[in-house]
Formats: sequence, structure tokens, C-alpha cells
Amino acid sequence: MTTHNTEAASGVQANARQGSAEIDINSYNDRIVRYFVLATILWGVVGMLVGVIIALQLPFRGANLGQYLTFGRLRPLHTNAVIFAFAGNAIFAAIYYSTQRLVKARMFSDAMSLFHFWGWQAIIVSAALTLPLGITTSKEYAELEWPIDIAIAVVWIVFGANFFLTLKNRREKHMYVALWFYIATIITVAVLHVGNSLALPVSLTKSYPIYAGVQDAFIQWWYGHNAVAFFLTTPFLGLMYYFLPKAAERPVFSYRLSIIHFWSLVFIYIWAGPHHLNYTALPEWATTLGMTFSVMLWMPSWGGMINGLFTLRGAWHKLRDSVVLKMYVIGITFYGMSTFEGPMLSVKSVNALSHYTDWTIGHVHAGALGWNGFMTFGMIYWLVPKLWRTELWSQKLATTHFWIGTIGMLLYVFSMYTSGITQGLMWRAFDETGRLAYPDFIETVVQIIPMYWVRMVGGTLYLTGTLLLAFNVMKTIAKAPKDLPDPAFALPSSAYSA
Amino acid sequence: MKRFIETSGRHRKIEGWPLVFTILVTLSILVGGIVEFLPLVLVKSNIPRIETVKPWTPLELAGRDIYIREGCNNCHSQMVRPFRQEIERYGEYVKPGETIYERPFLWGSKRTGPDLYRVGGKYPNLWHVRHFDDPRSTSPKSIMPRYTWFQKQDLNFDGIGRKMQTLQTLGVPYSDEEIASAADNAKRQAAAIAQDVVASGGPANLEGKEIVAIVAYLQRLGTDIKGSSASTAAAGISDVPSGTN
Ligand code: HEC
Ligand code: HEM
Ligand code: HEM
Repeated sequence: MTTHNTEAASGVQANARQGSAEIDINSYNDRIVRYFVLATILWGVVGMLVGVIIALQLPFRGANLGQYLTFGRLRPLHTNAVIFAFAGNAIFAAIYYSTQRLVKARMFSDAMSLFHFWGWQAIIVSAALTLPLGITTSKEYAELEWPIDIAIAVVWIVFGANFFLTLKNRREKHMYVALWFYIATIITVAVLHVGNSLALPVSLTKSYPIYAGVQDAFIQWWYGHNAVAFFLTTPFLGLMYYFLPKAAERPVFSYRLSIIHFWSLVFIYIWAGPHHLNYTALPEWATTLGMTFSVMLWMPSWGGMINGLFTLRGAWHKLRDSVVLKMYVIGITFYGMSTFEGPMLSVKSVNALSHYTDWTIGHVHAGALGWNGFMTFGMIYWLVPKLWRTELWSQKLATTHFWIGTIGMLLYVFSMYTSGITQGLMWRAFDETGRLAYPDFIETVVQIIPMYWVRMVGGTLYLTGTLLLAFNVMKTIAKAPKDLPDPAFALPSSAYSA
Repeated sequence: MKRFIETSGRHRKIEGWPLVFTILVTLSILVGGIVEFLPLVLVKSNIPRIETVKPWTPLELAGRDIYIREGCNNCHSQMVRPFRQEIERYGEYVKPGETIYERPFLWGSKRTGPDLYRVGGKYPNLWHVRHFDDPRSTSPKSIMPRYTWFQKQDLNFDGIGRKMQTLQTLGVPYSDEEIASAADNAKRQAAAIAQDVVASGGPANLEGKEIVAIVAYLQRLGTDIKGSSASTAAAGISDVPSGTN
């Protein structure tokens, strides 16, 4: 059974429901989607630029420029910018565009949409100011101090309300699978954010968490791992389920598979947090539980990958001419790779080697550059011509972006695997007399510096690709019609087309 | 199961009920976290107490917050794992009971530099002063940034009491007297460190600077169980987790 048929079926339902009202003119708010797309590109460039800077600071100490721009302060700026600003704006663009079409209704409130947009950008700007100033909680991906945390909660609630009220106004009875993933994202991120941010303020810029030590560590990685799950995975799966069938003009491979992998994914992911704390002071039963669920997570993750790749069955020839599909295929493949690698890294004996090393960094960026980056780029190349009602300025440039990005990513990921495994082995090496073979830590650092340079080059290539995207989009917008009215549609006469 | 996932099966029904769908999602995501977290709070034996582990002194607390401000945790872990190579390199592995005053925990996820949990007492104070001024003065190939401003910037002694008060509210056993005399106490400890630095041939006039706080913090790290009954064998936590190699 394919969603193709189910869509047809629900189309009938919608028509039936609309039976009495003959024509109902409605429109989609695409302006807000344009905003989010532009913000995605802007912050993508900024976040990756900071990534390249910190990549330079490791092999070249002189790039630590003064108190506010040392590696320790810029690294959280990089992670916050790429996760919450780049990937964040991308998923909002995806959600605002696809939800309206999937439920055949305009977003509930334009004011709430705008509040969401500007509120989120204000949060990003405040992050970009406070992190270099050293105002931080130190908890990874939750570094922002309590006033900003409150702002995040408020903006998120407005976003959620706007989304759910739009669902309420829907003219499609059934929710398509992309919407399931959006629901899971909105609910879970709210729970995680509140749970991990509970703290008592000392002043406007400083607070102490209500948890201490082992408990704090547990909560942090319950949050941290599920930020990966519900900020970098589920919304992107939703994005995939909407935009991939669109671009391939094929229905999703399997409806049943989407049900099974959706529910197992949202249930299992939450348990996996302790794999970040293997062999630490967290009790062993907890890390064993975390490891077990992480290994189980492999299956539902690959369910998503299979549903994505098999959607392209019979459409592979389209890849040749479509940069969008090329991006998606690499993106989904990297999703598959990192969700195979993740369960492997969770296994304690592997983690004993990989933890604390660049292997983790390689894993992170296989997911981040491959899956999040390429899915976002694919979406933007597909959306921009629709949103600005003109052809993409240059397909050729987009294809160049694809290749530069792919090469950059491969250099990044494989240099980090090499350095991670090298350093991990050096840390544990003993000589014949039973003493540490490399007792001086710095020896193990010097060894991997060439790999740091390779990563720098790879990252610079990847950033260059993103700049090409920015340029291409600017050129496209320059030739777009001045007037871009919201697309209107009439119900019930129009067939279901989302 | 089959009936559930058929195209016109039960799942199809809940796809038409966003509220029910949302409630089911919420329940699914709550289970794992609750099952794993509650035992950590309720079952005391998960985090056995160690008598000699005490809260930070005022100066150390200020130093810890500088550590957080600078993001040292982005390069340094503070969690020695129970492996032979780590114990040999860094010292005893970390026990749960040692971490109870860590707000926030600073275990880290990346070792760009070495683990610091047992760095307390490893070097003289002056070594740290020189190392922060220029890590290459003690380790010629170091990639650690210079922290020259530690010796220049004044430490905010008066703000420490406020911090201790907040921590007291959260349950850290600071007495009211300790909070009231926080600044004086910190100044005393700072003077002692500054004197030691001078006596070892280092720069003078550091007693009011940030450097003494961060050094005080580092020198305390991981030392609470040293020589006490809580070191591995005696504390009854002698079971080295499996996987030690
Ligand atoms: C870019 C990563 C980086 C950052 C940021 C960093 N360090 Fe380091 N640190 C290192 C490296 C690499 C070494 C090993 C070489 C050396 O001794 O300088 C080191 C060594 C040390 C040592 C000596 C440890 C030992 O056992 O020999 C201490 C203490 C230390 N750092 C403290 C800090 C503190 C405190 C901060 C924050 C103010 C900090 N470091 C920030 C990378 C870093
Ligand atoms: C031009 C591209 C990029 C470059 C050069 C780059 C570089 C870096 C560097 C140097 C680090 C620090 C590694 C270390 O501490 O040793 C890092 C960490 C990180 N980056 Fe990137 N990055 C890039 C893009 C991205 C993107 C697009 C994302 C996410 C969507 C991302 C997510 C992260 C995360 C989550 C971490 C922290 C990893 C951890 O704590 O284990 N990066 N990056
Ligand atoms: C089945 C899925 C996955 C599992 C089981 C998994 C597992 C893991 C493990 C074991 C680590 C190393 C923890 C450590 O030793 O410190 C890790 C780190 C990480 N993973 Fe994954 N991973 C998965 C998928 C992904 C995906 C798709 C992404 C990104 C888009 C991702 C992003 C990250 C990040 C950002 C970290 C670094 C966290 C940190 O230390 O700061 N993971 N993951």
C-alpha cells in the first residue's frame, strides 16, 4: 500500500466534508517560508564559518584571537549556530511550507508565524553575543543561560500552538506521515528543553542547575542525545517524507513501514542517552540499558532510510538531471551511515576506544554535513524556484555545490576517523615493559595535527559550497517577479495535490 | 498488528485524531526517561556517599565558574574511566560519590587536552601560572590557547557569597556563617596561593586576580579522596567494572 492511494482516499474524504460549501477560497502563507529559507542560508554561512575558524584554531593556536574568541568560547557558538540557527530555520521552513499543503489550510495565525520567526532570530543573536562573552551553562547544546532559555520556551510554545491550531483547521481528515514527525518534534523538544534547563538563577547571567553530578550528567545526555533525535532527526525525516516524493514524483515506498518505524523510533530514542556516559560514574545498569536501546535503534533508523531510498525505485534515472534528488540520495545515505555507526559507537567495547576522540566528531559531522546539510540544501533548491516563481539561476552552479560539498564532507569525515582511531590507540598503547607507550599527552596531539589540517580543508570546501548556494539563491531572487502574492486555492473543486 | 497497520486499519483512525495522536506520542517519549531517571534519585546506593568529599571553598567555586566561562570543558574531560591505561595516565577512576557537588557536572565529551579530574596537586601553583600565561612555556608543542588575562583581571570576591547562597538553596551544605564570610575566606586562600607563587620565584601581586581562583580550583580537583578511607579498596567500591583492560 502506498501513500499515493491513501492520499487519493483522503482526498475523497475531504471532498465529502466540504460538500456543502461549494467554493472556499484560501491561501498559503509563503512569505514566512521565504523568511525561514533566507535565515537558513544566512545562519548556515555564519555557523559554518565559525566551524572553519575553530577547525583552524586546533592546528594553529594563533587563531585564538583574544579573550572573547578562544576555542573554548567559539565551539559552543558553532554548535548552537549550526544546530539551532541553520538546521532550526531549515526545519521551520519545511514545516511551514509542507504543513499548510498537507492540511490544506493556511497557518493558523500570521502574527504567530512572524512572532516565531523574529523571536527565533532574536534568540540566535543573543546566543551569538552571550557565548563569546562567556555567559554559558557549559551543558552541550544547552549552553544558553536562563533568560534565553525562557525566551526559547515562549517562542516554542507559540510555534507549537500555531502548528496545532493549523491542524485543527485542516481540510484533510488524515495526517500524512510528515506531520507525525513534526508532532513528535514539537512535543519532545519542549519536554527536553524544560527538563534540562531547570536551574536556580544567581544573577541575570548565571545560574546553577537543580541537578548535581551523576544526575546532572544523566539529564544532560537525556537531553543531548534526544536533541540529536528530535531536532536533527525527526524533523528531517518529516522533511524527507514530504519533499522527496515531491521531487521524485513518486509516492512513498511503504505506508506500513512508516508506521512501524515512526513509533519504534520515538519510543526507543529516549532510552539511548546514557550511551554518552559509558564507563563514567553513571551506574552500570543505566549505561547498559542505554547501549541496548541504542543498538535496537539501528532498525527503526534504517526503516526511515529504506523508505526514503526505495521511494526512488524506478526513478533513479531522474538523478542525472536533478540536483535536488542528488542531494537527497547523499543525505539519506549518510543518515543510514551515521545511524549504523551510532549503534556501533554505543557498544561499550567500541566506545571505550572512540569516546573522547575525533571519532565522535567524525560521526557527528557525517550526520550533520551529510544528512542535515544535504537534506536542507536539497529542500532549498527545490523550494526557491517555487517560492520566488522563477527558475533557479544556475543548475550548473548547484551541481558544483553538490560535488564540492560531497568532497568536503568526505575529507572532513575520513580525516576525523583517522585521527580519532589513531589517538584512541595511542592513549591505550603500552610498551613491552608495561608502561604507557605515549605517557606525554601532547605526543598524541602532535600525531593528529595533519588530520586537523585535512579537516580544515574539507570544512572550507563544504563552506564554499554553501556560499555557492547563497549566491545562486541571491541571483535567483534578483530575477524574481516583484510581486509574490500568496498562492490561493479553491476548495473543494481542486484535487488533493499536497 | 496486521489490522493495526492496514491502510484502513486502526492506525488510520488515529491519523485523523491529532489530539489522540499527540497524547500517544507524549506517553511514548516519557517512558524511557522516567524509568532511567527515577532510580538515580530514589535509590541511594546508586551514588554511594563518600565522607571526605566536601563542597568547594569560596575561592574554588569562583575558579570553577571561570573554568565554565572559558569553556575549558570543550577541550578537557573530567572523568577518568576505569581502564588500566587511564588510571596509569591520570590516576584513580572517578567514583559517583565524588561528583555530588558538581553543579553543573563538567565531565566533558572530548579530550583535545588531557583529563583534569586528578590534576589537583600534580603541579606546583607556579606551574599553572606559567602554563596559563603561555602553555608552550611548559609544553612546547601545546595547542592550548593562552589565557594571559587571568593575571590581569580582578576577581569579583563580593559576588561569591551570592553564589553560595543559591547553592545552599539547592541543598549544598554551606552554613550561613560560611556564606557571610565568603569574600574574606576567599581572600585568605588567594593570599596563600599568591605568596606561594612569589616564594617559588613567580610574579607578585596576584592575590586579587582571577588566576588564583582558577589555580585554587584545579589544585582541589580530585583530591578529596586522596589518602582517605574512600580510595578505591577501602571504600567498598573495589569492583572495577568489567572492560578494564
Ligand atoms: C584547544 C583546547 C584547549 C582548551 C580550550 C584548553 N586546554 Fe588545557 N590543555 C590542552 C592541551 C592540548 C593540553 C596538553 C598540553 C599542555 O600541557 O599545554 C592542555 C593541558 C592543560 C593542563 C595540564 C594538564 C596536565 O595534566 O598536564 C591544564 C591544568 C589545563 N590544560 C587547564 C586548562 C584550563 C583551566 C582551560 C580553560 C581556561 C584550558 N585548559 C583550556 C588543550 C586545551
Ligand atoms: C563547514 C563546516 C563545518 C566545520 C568546518 C565544522 C567544524 C567543527 C569543529 C572543528 C568542531 C570541534 C571539534 C572538536 O572539538 O575537536 C565541531 C564540532 C561540532 N560541530 Fe561542526 N563543523 C561544520 C559544520 C557543522 C554542521 C553543519 C553541524 C550541524 C548541523 C555541525 C555540528 C557540530 C557539533 C554538534 C559539534 C560538537 C561535537 C561534539 O561535541 O562531539 N557542524 N565542528
Ligand atoms: C541510531 C542512531 C544513533 C546512535 C545510536 C548514535 C550514537 C552515538 C554515540 C554512541 C555517540 C558517542 C558518545 C560519546 O562517546 O561521547 C554519539 C555522538 C553524537 N552523535 Fe550520534 N548516534 C546516532 C545518530 C546520530 C545522528 C543521525 C546524528 C546527527 C545528525 C548524531 C549526532 C551526534 C552528535 C552531535 C554527537 C556528539 C555528542 C557530544 O558528545 O557532544 N547521531 N552518537
